Amino acid sequence: MDPAQFFAASRVLIVAGKGGVGKSTVSAAMARAAARAGLSTLIVELEGKSGIGALFGRPPFGYDEVELHPGGGPEGSADVRARMLTPDDALVEYLEDHGLSRVTRRLLSGGALDVVSTAAPGIRDILVLGKVKQLERAGVADLIVLDAPAAGHAISFLRSARGLLDTARAGPINTQAADVIELLTDPDRCQVVLVTLPEETPVNELVDTAYSLEDEVGVSLGPVVVNGLYPDLPGLEREPASVAAEAGLEVAPAELAAMAAAATFRRERARLQTGQLERLATALPLPQLPLPYLFSTDLGPNELEALADAVSLGISEIPALTQP
Amino acid sequence: MSLPTEPTADDDPLGDLLDRHSVVICTGAGGVGKTTTAAVLAMEAAQRGRRACVVTIDPARRLADAMGLAGLTDTPMPVEGPWPGELWAMMLDTKSTFDNLVAAHAADEEQAEEILGNRFYRNISSSLSGTQEYMAMEKLYELHAEERFDLVVVDTPPTRNALDFLEAPRRLTRFLDHRLYRILVAPTRGIVRAMNLAAQTFLRTVSRVVGAEVVQDAIGFFAAFDGMEAGFRERAASVVDLLGADTTAFVLVTAPRGDVVEEATYFADKLAEAGIAVRALIVNRVHPRFSTESLSVLRRRADALSDTPLASFATNLAEFSSVAATEEAHLAGLTGRLGSAPVVRVPFLDSDVHDLPGLDRIAAHLFPDAARRSN
Repeated sequence: MDPAQFFAASRVLIVAGKGGVGKSTVSAAMARAAARAGLSTLIVELEGKSGIGALFGRPPFGYDEVELHPGGGPEGSADVRARMLTPDDALVEYLEDHGLSRVTRRLLSGGALDVVSTAAPGIRDILVLGKVKQLERAGVADLIVLDAPAAGHAISFLRSARGLLDTARAGPINTQAADVIELLTDPDRCQVVLVTLPEETPVNELVDTAYSLEDEVGVSLGPVVVNGLYPDLPGLEREPASVAAEAGLEVAPAELAAMAAAATFRRERARLQTGQLERLATALPLPQLPLPYLFSTDLGPNELEALADAVSLGISEIPALTQP
Repeated sequence: MSLPTEPTADDDPLGDLLDRHSVVICTGAGGVGKTTTAAVLAMEAAQRGRRACVVTIDPARRLADAMGLAGLTDTPMPVEGPWPGELWAMMLDTKSTFDNLVAAHAADEEQAEEILGNRFYRNISSSLSGTQEYMAMEKLYELHAEERFDLVVVDTPPTRNALDFLEAPRRLTRFLDHRLYRILVAPTRGIVRAMNLAAQTFLRTVSRVVGAEVVQDAIGFFAAFDGMEAGFRERAASVVDLLGADTTAFVLVTAPRGDVVEEATYFADKLAEAGIAVRALIVNRVHPRFSTESLSVLRRRADALSDTPLASFATNLAEFSSVAATEEAHLAGLTGRLGSAPVVRVPFLDSDVHDLPGLDRIAAHLFPDAARRSN
């Protein structure tokens, strides 16, 4: 599939997965790959401390939109921008948009959002998703990459709209929830990319999440990103001592032993990873988008470019779906 | 000939920790193996002859199966094994724990039922942020107070906010202290006319935003809850006391990845601010070190050998040495903050743990006794 075509398929791309799978890094790589394919991209972050700014060599960002990567350059890519959305910000905007600005301050000052969101659980999520919907409608970017909340919240985050339809059976929140459901369930407007690691528990949880999201929310799932795969390093199957002897290389026994141990470790881990990929393929009929494990010390712009390369390559290797 | 010496705390810091505490709280970021670590600690306590109970929150299915927790149960179940002590395990059921708490503090059955049936209550008990943390600590207190166990090990929810579980017991009471609570309760106390204009405006606004029914549900809940605050407050205070007691140990669990260590460091700082010392740091999934040579030497070797058939081997060795060095660098900042707390490393294992022998394999990295047993 052509990356430009993939990223243009829907204006909102939600990146979800449990904590520790590299969701934010994947969001950044997706955004950069989309920008390279010519789509002006906005990353929407929901919680602080993600390090997305650092990946672009920029400081952390907040509510105000910032540019992370300018458009143009030799490859003629589009720009990547980013902003953070919190339920409180979204609530203020929401109330202001509904002509309720006079009470806004009072609502927030007393921590009333806590009380209100208890009365109608999911209201925080819906405020944020409602804001994303508004950005989508306003056409602020060709693509909005939403870095969804971590932990087990992805499902409840996306499911909250349905819950709210029941809780608030009338009023603006009900309308908002209905609009959000419309966005989430329209494959031409929104798709969800799930991220996992090639390990047993993350794969199990991903499969559960995928089915819940399809059944309970009705979202359209894009390819599954499998993050952290050891890149191929050919030649590690042999004994380094015999390889050295054949080539007439004088290498200290301790060094050869260390090489052999490290090679065995990598081969063994790679074998386990392959097993998990196969298990995932059997359990979940979605295309996979493999991303490499990075041995680098710290992740910065160079690593981001490498990951964006891998995203583009992975997408181009997914067979294009022929519409029936 | 030297006499065999008694093992000291220095040889077995985690075993010593299990012997000397009656509550162990495993805390750390999500996805670092907290649940498994909690299970290993409880199992080892049973090996040391103690009656131990592990309270887990949302364990991976296969681990739950292995521990006989397949059917979600809110009461501790015995786990059979070759230990002199006892091992019990239970899975936290947030809602039923909360229901029990309400039932215990209600004046009569009628009040309890009115609350349990209220929709606002059902929202609180299932989805108020912090409720899971609150109930984990409540259950911990309950089990501790029963004195059926010598040691209760609890796994904390993978919460983003480090202090959620510390604050958890205060959470509902803070909710009750909220101005809004009094506003909502006021009408039922027959002082509708005394309700000030601001409160009415507020209620109208909330009604406009979320719908009037939601507000009615909330008012109904607070009315039903009337009279129970004192009991809840008292209980919350006892739970907070237990968390700060000398017999309670916090164990920080982490992986050596940079982002996770950063989060663990934040946890450690927050615990320190709350006057709570981290008693041990357990680092899971540590990459092995294959060579004693420095990273720069190994990188030079990889360059020197790059045109030979050993190129891949040398590159691979340098890559993994770089990972190990990075991990140690990440951990150095964290361990520096923990004073004399022991740091125990568990290497990457071949597969995920989902049975008792698997827990034993981890135990072998944490406890000398377990290492001896496995040999």
